[in-house]
Amino acid sequence: MAQERKIGDVILRVDDISLSFGGVKALSNISFDVKEHEVRAIIGPNGAGKSSMLNVINGFYHPQEGTITYLGNTRRQMKPHEAARQGIARTFQNIALFKGMSTLDNIMTGRNTMMKKGLFWQALNLGPARKEEMEHRQAVERIIEFLEIEHIRKTPVGRLPYGLQKRVELGRALAAEPSLLLLDEPMAGMNIEEKEDMCRFVLDVNDEFGTTIVLIEHDMGVVMDISDRVVVLDYGCKLADGTPDEVRSNKEVIDAYLGVSHD
Amino acid sequence: MFYRESGQFKTSYQTDQAIFPIAQDRWFVYAILAIAVFVVPFYIDDYWANAIFLPFLIYALAAMGLNILTGYCGQLSLGTGGFMAVGAYATYKLMTMFPEMNFILIILLSGGITAMVGILFGIPSLRIKGFYLAVATLAAQFFLVWLFNKVGWFYNYSASGQISATRMVMFGFQITGPEAAPAVKYLFCLGFVLVFGLIAKNIARGRIGRAWMAIRDMDIAAEIIGIKPLDAKLGAFAVSSFYIGMSGSLYFAVWLGAAEVGEAFGISQSFLILFIVIIGGLGTVLGSFLGAAFMVLMPILLKNFMVDGLSIMAVTAKHVEIMLMGTMIIIFLIVEPHGFARLWQITKEKLRLWPFPH
Repeated sequence: MAQERKIGDVILRVDDISLSFGGVKALSNISFDVKEHEVRAIIGPNGAGKSSMLNVINGFYHPQEGTITYLGNTRRQMKPHEAARQGIARTFQNIALFKGMSTLDNIMTGRNTMMKKGLFWQALNLGPARKEEMEHRQAVERIIEFLEIEHIRKTPVGRLPYGLQKRVELGRALAAEPSLLLLDEPMAGMNIEEKEDMCRFVLDVNDEFGTTIVLIEHDMGVVMDISDRVVVLDYGCKLADGTPDEVRSNKEVIDAYLGVSHD
Repeated sequence: MFYRESGQFKTSYQTDQAIFPIAQDRWFVYAILAIAVFVVPFYIDDYWANAIFLPFLIYALAAMGLNILTGYCGQLSLGTGGFMAVGAYATYKLMTMFPEMNFILIILLSGGITAMVGILFGIPSLRIKGFYLAVATLAAQFFLVWLFNKVGWFYNYSASGQISATRMVMFGFQITGPEAAPAVKYLFCLGFVLVFGLIAKNIARGRIGRAWMAIRDMDIAAEIIGIKPLDAKLGAFAVSSFYIGMSGSLYFAVWLGAAEVGEAFGISQSFLILFIVIIGGLGTVLGSFLGAAFMVLMPILLKNFMVDGLSIMAVTAKHVEIMLMGTMIIIFLIVEPHGFARLWQITKEKLRLWPFPH
């Protein structure tokens, strides 16, 4: 299936990224690229620097060295909201939803950057502002339908079970119609059915909207099944990069995961 | 039994997103509005206006302002009294400098000036949060009161240090001053509260309101989906201060007529409005009204009950009243920490099923 999709040019390239917190080196000289429409996985043991890598890509951490080239623009630092405006959306390892708001409002918030009407029209809730609100509501309803969460539309997300919260968070990221979607452990803590649902959504997003996806995941079965190419990190260094099959047979990767005897 | 949604179908997103999507709620609100506009003005006298309706309306307006900042955007503020003072002194200066100016315009301008002062004191919110921000706004409170006390220009160098409202007339009706009719004062304030209540609700349920709530619930995630913390936070400070400034303006010019800054706009005023917001319900426009009604009416009811009902001396009753108010607030917050607005919501949910339990 993965072969049928048309993989395009490189849209994101990270070059020689190094990031440290005080004396702790989280990432050292990491380089890899992401092509348009592909599903790219980042794997590695705990503390390998996977989440830090995502945080660097969407501007939340500022690397000391190296550059990031996204859609032809090279930069080292940017603010997270600038990244969002350029079409990078993400979900979090620990769900970061707006707990006091309903599912609908959470996903609507994902479209905030696309809404332009100012305070004046908002205050009157007439004409342009109302029309804009309804247009975006329609788009949000499509996402709600796509993720099969119609029944919890008006429920405050704080009351939802974990699996559904993860789905709402994906919805919020999708609402921004991103060209690059970063998923930080989208299947963590889920049972097998929820994982299968989530895999289906990720593949459908990739298929239907053509969204490029970079995901971090610990479930090797999932990673090998759904990703086109895999980067392996360990202790902040890149161990391997390639198709799932190449990575699976790479000796260093096996050593990192299974341990190696020092004799 | 009478509160059923059955048969009310929503066929457009617009009806689904109405402020009162349920028909019964709508009729209830229309009835209250009709009474407020067409019945109350004919029966209102000086006592009812000055002791109940004006304080209720003015505190509701101030509470809406603080609710925008604290309830919706999650920025704790203790500077409400100071911002009300800015509104009041701006009104006083405008009244005395341009006596011919339209009074509505004066109030809106006072709101605008307060909004600018609010933005200035909101800048620390970009770096500090929670209790630390509360302390920073407390500094605003003390600084503003000190400023209006010390700098004679603000009170036109009057000997008493007080400001007093000049006579303002609109459409042939006198609005400020001792001779103004209670019904006129009431309707004037009611107009402001209704218009700006609707505006607050509209802003809160639209893009801007969602951005504020996103910042409140999880500021990091809000930034990552593209909300600029600078815009959202300072916007909340501006809109909030605008409301508080207008309420300070009405408080001074229409209700009190004359004010002395330390007495009328002290820290206790900030706390009173914070209590209104917390008891009414953080993050709801309705809660601002319910909280204001509670904080204005309860002391009067308690006092009347003790003085007239139990024949306790007025001075003693005053002390007991303060103690009882405190106790009631504590008990209420233990029973329902989310305030009256939540209580109202729960009642409605129960009422939908009544008389069946499920």
